[in-house]
Formats: sequence, C-alpha cells, structure tokens
Amino acid sequence: MTTFYEEVQEIRTRYPEGTRSALLPALQLAQERHGWLSRQALEEVADALELTPAYCYSVASFYDMLRLEPVGTHTIEVCTNVCCGLVNAQAVLDAFERELGVGPGETTEDGEITLRAVECLGGCSTPTIVAVDHRYRQSVTPENVPAIVQELRNG
Amino acid sequence: MAETTVRVAEGPALVLAGYDGEPLTSLAAYRAVGGYDQLEKARAQDPQAVIQELIASNLRGRGGAFFPTGRKASFIPTPDKIAKPIYITVNADESEPGTFKDREIMLKVPHRLIEGCLVAAHAIQSSDVYIYIRGEYAEEYRVLQAALDEARDAGLLGGVAIVIHRGAGAYICGEETALLESLEGKRGQPRSKPPFPAISGVYAAPTLINNVESITTIPPVLAIGPAEFAQIGAPPDSTGTRLFCLSGNVARPGVYEAPHGITVRHLIDDIGGGVPGGHTLKAVMMGGSSFPVMTPDDLDTALDADSLGKKGYFIGSGVVTVIDERSCIVQFALRVAQFYMHESCGKCTPCRVGTRWLVQLLRAVEDGTAQESDFDLTLDVCDRIIGKCLCVLGDSAAMPVASCVTKFRDEFRAHLEHGGCPFGADSQLAGLFAPVDQHAHTTVPEGVPA
Repeated sequence: MTTFYEEVQEIRTRYPEGTRSALLPALQLAQERHGWLSRQALEEVADALELTPAYCYSVASFYDMLRLEPVGTHTIEVCTNVCCGLVNAQAVLDAFERELGVGPGETTEDGEITLRAVECLGGCSTPTIVAVDHRYRQSVTPENVPAIVQELRNG
Repeated sequence: MAETTVRVAEGPALVLAGYDGEPLTSLAAYRAVGGYDQLEKARAQDPQAVIQELIASNLRGRGGAFFPTGRKASFIPTPDKIAKPIYITVNADESEPGTFKDREIMLKVPHRLIEGCLVAAHAIQSSDVYIYIRGEYAEEYRVLQAALDEARDAGLLGGVAIVIHRGAGAYICGEETALLESLEGKRGQPRSKPPFPAISGVYAAPTLINNVESITTIPPVLAIGPAEFAQIGAPPDSTGTRLFCLSGNVARPGVYEAPHGITVRHLIDDIGGGVPGGHTLKAVMMGGSSFPVMTPDDLDTALDADSLGKKGYFIGSGVVTVIDERSCIVQFALRVAQFYMHESCGKCTPCRVGTRWLVQLLRAVEDGTAQESDFDLTLDVCDRIIGKCLCVLGDSAAMPVASCVTKFRDEFRAHLEHGGCPFGADSQLAGLFAPVDQHAHTTVPEGVPA
C-alpha cells in the first residue's frame, strides 16, 4: 500500500518543481484519510511538502471544505442560497434538524452525521440541492428527509 | 428526484451540439458527432490564424466579464518573446449563485471542453493546462477526469499536459487572480492588477484564463466558421449562443442554449413556462446575484450585453432567477449580502467591513428597528465599496443591495411602518439560514500549531 508521503510525492509531479501547488490536493488527501485536518494530519502534510505546519494551517483555514475540527462519519450539506431558498430550502434544513436533533454546523451525538448549511452548490434548477457525503441529491423536499437519513444510518 | 433540464431551446446547437439527452461522455460518442475534428483542423493551421478566427468571431467570455476571448489570447506573448512556460487555466470554479451551466457542460459534453483546451493550447503555443474545478463538484470531476484519461489514451493530447485541480470551497477563487493564488497553493486572495495574467499569471508566467463555457465554445466557432458565428445572436458584441441558467419561481427551470438577444420575457414565459401557481413576477436576479435586480417593467429587454447595459443590467454568467410576489425583497437583499460577507476574503477593508455593515443594516430593516435614514446610509456604504477594492467581490455585494434599496424603497419603508417584515413567514425566503458556521477563519481550534 502506498504511504501518504508517497502519494503526495506523486501529486507533486503534476506541478512545476519548487511550487506549493500540491498543497490543496495533499490537504484533501489527508482529510480523506483522517476525516478532518488534525494537528497530526497538518504535520504529515507539512513534512511531505517541506512546508511548515503553520503555513499549511493558514491555507487550510481559508477553505470551507477543509475541516479543522472533528466531523461526523457522514455529512449532509443543504444549500440555503437564494435559488434553493425560493423553493423552500429552509423547510428542508428544518426537516434535517428535526430528524437529526442537531442544528447546522453540529454533529449528532453518536458522531455519525454532521449537518451543514452551505452556499450555492450550483444545482439551482432542481432545488433543494442536498449534498450527502458530497453526492448531490436534487429536488429534495422535507418529505424525502427521513429516508435520506435512514439510508446513511443503515450504511 | 428530478434531473436538471439541459437542452437547446432555440437557434443553432453549438455548445450542446450533438447532445440529445444522452451525455457525450465517451470518446466514441463525441467522435460520432464530429468531436475532435476541429482540433485536427486547428493543428494544421498556424497558431496565429486560430487566434485571428477567435477575434473575428467576437466570442466573449461567458464567466461574467464578457471580455473578447480572441483578444485575450492575443495578449499572450509568443514563445520566442519570453523564456517562460505559457499556461492555460480553465476557470471551472462555478460558484456564482444561480449558475449551473459549466457543471452541465462537464457532465454532458466533457470532451468538447477538452477539445477547446487543446485548440487554445495550440493557438497560444502552450503545453500546460490546469482546469480549476470547484471542490464541491465531485461527480463532475470524476466525469471530466474519465474523459481526459480517455482522450490521453487515444493520443489526442499531443504533448499537452492537462491537470484537473480541485478547489476546496471558496467563492472568491472564481476571481481569476484568486484562482491563480489558490492554484499556487496559497489562500485564495486576489492579486493587484497590473500585471495582468497574460503577462504574469500562474508561477509568474504568461497565463490565459477562460471560463469553461468560453473554452467549450471554441470548437463550435471553428466548426461553423467565425463569420457565421459572428452573425448569430445580437451582433456585433453579443455573438453566438449562450447557456442560460433559468431557476427560481418558474415552471420549467433548466439550462437552455439559445442565441444572445432573446428577451428575458421570452426565456421565462415561452421557454420556461412562466411563473407557476398563479403567482406574479416581482423581480429577476439578472446575470447572477452579483448584479442589480431586474424589475418587471424591463422584462422585454434582450439578453445581450448592450441591451442589458443600457438599462443598467449585466448578462453575467447567463443567470435568470425568477422571484415571485411571495418573497420579501429585504430578505433577498439580506441573504445576498450574507453570502458576500461570508465569501469576502478579507484582504480589502471596504469589502471586509462594508459587507458586514450591509448585513447589519439590512437585518435592522428586516427586524423593523431601522429608520428612514438607514436607506440612504445603506446606499452610502454601497458607494464606499464599489470600485474601491482589488477585485469586484465587494461591488458584487453592493450592486444588488443598492438596486433593491433604490427600486423597492416602498417595500423597505413598509418594514419600518409595520415594525418588522410585513411578509412574515409567508415569504419564500423567510428565515433562510446563512451558513456562517463555515467561518473557521477567525477561530483557532485546540491543538493547532501556532
């Protein structure tokens, strides 16, 4: 099995030498492996790219998809921008809150599911867009919510 | 769960040529509709001749700025003039609220985007292409990467390296210089211009940056010829077709390819089936959330840059989002302002601070705690943002907000008279949650290296 270090070295070959372009892909890879970017994960990235952990943190903290705190095994992200909002995104978010018992930005007590409200996901003609583990579900209504949660819970 | 409607509504099929509901994701399927023929034709031509064809077509940028694509390519120095590599970056960081066309291009005709990249690479003599795709587009990334792998295996790349680089969630990275910073492994904060990317872009080397739709329109321009392309739509400035993004309170939302110059009313009523449920149109988010909102009296305006420009509107990324009478325009302005506050990179003070002030002022109007003078104060804040930052993100917050205050002042005033929102929970946008939980920018979690 390839180590994290080896995989990052492979990523580096896509970009000119002496640049930091492999940083975002390396952070994404680390997050894929650990679920979130802990201090240890940031240090692994820094080591692999010969950067400081502080630099890696400064970049990671800029981007919404990079998580600097522990998150659930699964994520549910509800678009709450204008286009989905016009067709009832708020009701969909409310339904997830009721179903999961947590608010946006929070994780269920068992550590399984993190609920988030997010900005426009680019699926405006089939509102409401909900990204379940980063896969888009289109035209989600409050009625669909229990089944989506059940599906995740069943694995 | 419905699929997105994607179809040619009118006029010649260019970007969507050959697509009839079945995605042209395989090389064989794309080849069957003449795919990669234009690449072969272009490669047989002198690079400068290809640039001249793009100039003659007057193809303009589909990302929002509407800059002539051919002219932009002509600014790139030729390899004999500069001892640096020449780069192409494709902006696939589609994040403008209401925009969902580039995503459909990548899902339905990914090879046409790749062919466009290769034609552009030939034209400016580049052998390095980066496609910067927004991080949320996981499926689109997968489809595009598969198409790229197939094109590479078929030997179509001809020595050009195409790398798909995934973003990680930041609207600002759609701004071209922020995109370059992000691609270089930095925080996505815009650069000061000049120097322009054509001279000093990624890795301080000449860089051509184009939107996905612009690049994907290049093969069809060559296929029908620049002279014919320049006759389509609303010449001389708004040539060709456009993938219009229709959404909101409309019966048949979707991505519709149609020539520039059809009217907003035609798109909404005839192509989109009008406002459903017996409701009436109140406003249109025109071009994207970054621009002034359109009022019903302007619905007969043609969807081309000149006609829209004369009335103070922008074509932007081709967005037409319908808002019916049920929604409160103050809530709309507030939600838009919240978006830009969240997405401001924080580099320029007028934007960083101004977007927060706009949110506070609009919140006070919505809650009924504002006073009449706050309307002019809001306009004053907008005025102090517009044109005063390195990039246009601040302008993008100020323009829609100012247009709402100016065009819907009576509705703003009604909030004061009513002591709160007269729509209450009946508004479609009532209580819409802005995702401020994403702000990791200001808090340092435990255990992070200092």
